Amino acid sequence: MFERIRQIIIKEFIQILRDPRMRTLLFLPPIIQMIIFGYAASTDVKNIQMAVYDLDNTPESRDLVREFTYSDYFHVKHYIYTDRAAEEMIDKSDVNTVIRFNLGFGNDLNANRQAQAQLIIDGSDSNTAAVISAYANQIMERYSSRLLDKRVQVLLNRSIRFPKIDLRTRAWFNENLLSRDFFIPGVIALIVTVVTLLLTSMAIVKEKEIGTIEQLIVSPINSWELILGKLLPFALIGLFDILLVTVVGVFWFDVPIRGNLLLLFGSAILYLLTTLGIGLFISTIANTQQEAMMTAFFFIFPAILLSGFVFPIYNMPKLIQYITYVNPIRYFLVIIRGIFLKGVGIEILWPQMMALFALGIVIFTLSTLRFRKRLG
Amino acid sequence: MNLKRIKAITRKEFIQIIRDPRSLGMAIAFPMLLLTLFGYALSLDVDNVPLVIWNQDKSQVSQDYILNFKASPYFKIVGYSDNYKELQSYVDKNKAFMILVIPPDFSSLINSKQSAPVQLLVDGSDSNTATIAIGYVTAVTAGYNRKLAIDSLSHLGVRDITPVDMRTRIWFNQDLKSRNFIIPGLIAIIMMVIAALLTSLTVAREWERGTMEQLISTPIKPRELILGKFIPYFVIGFVDVLIAILMGEFIFQVPLRGSVVLLFILSSLFLTGTLTMGMLISIVAKKQLLASQMAMVTTFLPAFLLSGFVYSIANMPTIIQAITYIVPARYFITILKGIYLKGVGLEILVIPVLFLSVFAFVVVNLATMAFKKKVT
Repeated sequence: MFERIRQIIIKEFIQILRDPRMRTLLFLPPIIQMIIFGYAASTDVKNIQMAVYDLDNTPESRDLVREFTYSDYFHVKHYIYTDRAAEEMIDKSDVNTVIRFNLGFGNDLNANRQAQAQLIIDGSDSNTAAVISAYANQIMERYSSRLLDKRVQVLLNRSIRFPKIDLRTRAWFNENLLSRDFFIPGVIALIVTVVTLLLTSMAIVKEKEIGTIEQLIVSPINSWELILGKLLPFALIGLFDILLVTVVGVFWFDVPIRGNLLLLFGSAILYLLTTLGIGLFISTIANTQQEAMMTAFFFIFPAILLSGFVFPIYNMPKLIQYITYVNPIRYFLVIIRGIFLKGVGIEILWPQMMALFALGIVIFTLSTLRFRKRLG
Repeated sequence: MNLKRIKAITRKEFIQIIRDPRSLGMAIAFPMLLLTLFGYALSLDVDNVPLVIWNQDKSQVSQDYILNFKASPYFKIVGYSDNYKELQSYVDKNKAFMILVIPPDFSSLINSKQSAPVQLLVDGSDSNTATIAIGYVTAVTAGYNRKLAIDSLSHLGVRDITPVDMRTRIWFNQDLKSRNFIIPGLIAIIMMVIAALLTSLTVAREWERGTMEQLISTPIKPRELILGKFIPYFVIGFVDVLIAILMGEFIFQVPLRGSVVLLFILSSLFLTGTLTMGMLISIVAKKQLLASQMAMVTTFLPAFLLSGFVYSIANMPTIIQAITYIVPARYFITILKGIYLKGVGLEILVIPVLFLSVFAFVVVNLATMAFKKKVT
């Protein structure tokens, strides 16, 4: 039995690695993708481009603008003087924030009245807008409380102490809130999913298309051995790809690995069980490579977007949250992020690992049964 | 160019497509299904942030402060605990995102008009949600502080003297609904993928089945063959765009502020570029397995990560920004967001339109050249 499996594995490796373009396609793109996407996948909001629309132009208004630029988040790109200019700059995405002072801002402040200012934010990217608005609030908070102290001093001729809450924030696992640390482990999961799932689904269909599957069927090999022999090479390639991109993530991007590497690879094997299983399943329903590819895609696309990679699962409607329970990427992301960032171990991650294992077993049994039926 | 020959190829291709109703159905149903699913599921809105509270004070004052979190739609208090270990496991198990720690002397500090430190511990692994959630806590706390200040001032007979009233206005997307920018982005990504998938196998299939030799032996010219194959897929792609836009309008109610005609014209331009790109891939690859891998590597992930869909291009390193110039989805997203949310016209969109035209032109020519080379 082992001999037969070995033969299939050898044949499969030869077939995959014979084509030099396939050889490079298996190993080079994951690395390149990792580097490019590692740099690209960032939701950090810095260097916010701001236009100053200051009709007041007094020391007071300039003082508030300076408060924004000192924060390091905001960068003044233009000074403008008309509504039209403000509109055009935001339309062209030249700036995404405009701070506007009407005439009288400085006077109001000096007369101890409430002065008004306006902050216009481009909401077409709601995420960036929310972050900009949060930064602006922080800046205004600091500025206002300083001014308030000064005012009280003037009005009451003595300083008074206000009771207040001093909020001290600490971010666990990711002190500086670098989005890269969050996304790189995700990108690893993504790349491996795409490579392994597509490869398996198409490789088996290919034999069907060119008719060599019949030759395999008439040989003394049984379906379990055939499946094992066909899938093991892809499992090895997948594991190797994981290793490759993990190395890039850790050494190129300095993403910390706080947990256990062995656990990471153990869970990777569990995860590959599901992706290879799904690939096998697709190959049993598709007759042509085109169908296989479309079907694989039909799975990968939603699976990635509904995995919590960028879009948090707890934001989704309840019904869709239930659907995500059968999405293996969801579990693998929790595991890989947990191991990388939180440094947690099996005592925390066992439910996810169990889920992957269960999903893997179910999908494998299903597809093996289908596969056998089609052969018989 | 001979119209009759083009017509013949187009007819043959149409027949082939219709003969395979499963693939055709997929090409039409797939985008609809994806858009429905994602349109409902995906959101970057940060609300209902799960929060646990460690209230060591347990006085009326601290209850008052906590009440602000209860009242806010942005938070969901998932538990109270007095045990540090338990609090930590909330975060480790992803049951809570933040821990608010109120010290034992909180009320006595506030009552004696001092500053009371409150600690906010945040799971920083998802840095984006963390940044926005911290912004909300800061805003709640600032509001509470303002109330404390006004209260103690009114004890002294002074009315509200808040110095600056900063009004923030978010343009194009008042309520910061992430759906408004996710839907246009999704349309671009789905179309990018569908377009490349549709065509990427068409030439490779002819090579593999040997029918390409038959085509070559006819008097047809490369340009005619490419155009003839292009037309039927363009029709399918256009139907997809039409459906997607109708869905955005009627199901998701994304405001379409600009010109519909312009939207269709520019979508055609985008389709031209991406459909021929798929064909270029299949001409170069010659094998379906390889073509599908290449299509995947060059379309889905770049369109998802390098197009400005979720990750703002302005934040990427310069080299990666340079790479995004060859991602057609980048221009299409700018165009879609511009027409949908900002309601801008061609005069603002000149640059992306120009780049998209150049892309289409280059790819069409590359495809023709590559084909000529393969044939001879």
